[in-house]
Amino acid sequence: MDRREFIMVGGKMLFMTAATAAALEHVMAGTPEKVDTYKAAEHWWALLIDVEKCIGCGSCVRACKTENDVINEPFYFRTWVERYHIEATDAEHPIVDSPNGAYDGFPEAYEEGKGKTFFVPKMCNHCADSPCTQVCPVGATFITPDGVVLIDKDYCVGCRYCVQACPYGCRYIDPRTHTADKCTLCYHRITKGLVPACVEVCPTGSRQLADLKNPSDPIHEFLRTHAIQVLKPQMATGSKIYYNGLDGAVR
Amino acid sequence: MRFRDVEHLFRLAAIFLAGTLVFVVAKAEMRPKDFGKDGHYRPAAVDEIRARAISYAGQTACADCHSDVVDLRAQARHKAVACESCHGPLATHATAMSDGTEAAKPVRPDGRTLCVRCHAAKTGKPKRYPIVDIKEHAGDENCLSCHKPHDPRIS
Repeated sequence: MDRREFIMVGGKMLFMTAATAAALEHVMAGTPEKVDTYKAAEHWWALLIDVEKCIGCGSCVRACKTENDVINEPFYFRTWVERYHIEATDAEHPIVDSPNGAYDGFPEAYEEGKGKTFFVPKMCNHCADSPCTQVCPVGATFITPDGVVLIDKDYCVGCRYCVQACPYGCRYIDPRTHTADKCTLCYHRITKGLVPACVEVCPTGSRQLADLKNPSDPIHEFLRTHAIQVLKPQMATGSKIYYNGLDGAVR
Repeated sequence: MRFRDVEHLFRLAAIFLAGTLVFVVAKAEMRPKDFGKDGHYRPAAVDEIRARAISYAGQTACADCHSDVVDLRAQARHKAVACESCHGPLATHATAMSDGTEAAKPVRPDGRTLCVRCHAAKTGKPKRYPIVDIKEHAGDENCLSCHKPHDPRIS
């Protein structure tokens, strides 16, 4: 064995020992080394909201606030539920209310049989061509390769431009950080194979997470066979929150 | 004599150049190297958002241990309702259980608050959704004295 060979072998052994030591540490601790198997390019996330199933219980609103540490005061919502009341002959002037974003559900109101009343859950539409990401001057809000619009809190300067740009009113300024905040589609959950908190707790299955890039996702069948609408289609935002049974009066 | 004022222009150009230099250096120094890899944003922000801890463990985590309740609910009306929809966020309970550490016992939800939340008669609820006028249906009685939430039908 000459010197060169010795150094090669010695180096390899030293390297191997370090790797083995690292592996052993994980084995001893009983935690398998976590490998990130999530590939963003293989997903294109969307959400289906079945208006006809929503009972206005507000479970989604409460779960969202818990899961995402949204400040528990009125006006700060990542998701909220609106109640629409439309008199039979006046579809153009719906009465809309959302007391505390439906955090405590809805109080009694409206006489049965007079006009129609229904609930519309709302949240970030995770638009494919979102106005909010286009106006951000610092690159703090963006759409990920898997179709989720996110906010980089470290980069956000709190200029409120995106809050104004969102046609759905989905953004707000977090009073604690003075940065923009909104629904992340529970990105920390969906990338782990879980569903968003609002979908998890919805007792009637009114909300369904959908992966448009997954050919076996039931969303494709559903979109084919149902009358689907997005909010404000005339804005051409490429919204990915699909509403089933949405009344034309909903704005 | 005529072009003496041109000095002003040189001074201005010098300031402009210095400003540009400061901008270029500051940008190279302060902007993360991988900025713009996937779009006009900082890719590390995505990992930071993903790193957030979960509060709701998810239905599969519950079913891993509580298969008896899952079986009980399989034939019942509430089979599609997720456990954490009523029991609240229990990710800490689930991780503590799988780690073998002492887990906080979840609080049993109060029936009178919980059932009413969904099943109180209100305008706007879907036609076929089961609702009752609470006062007329139960008076001041707690729902749980007749109904079992996992299988609510009275047999």
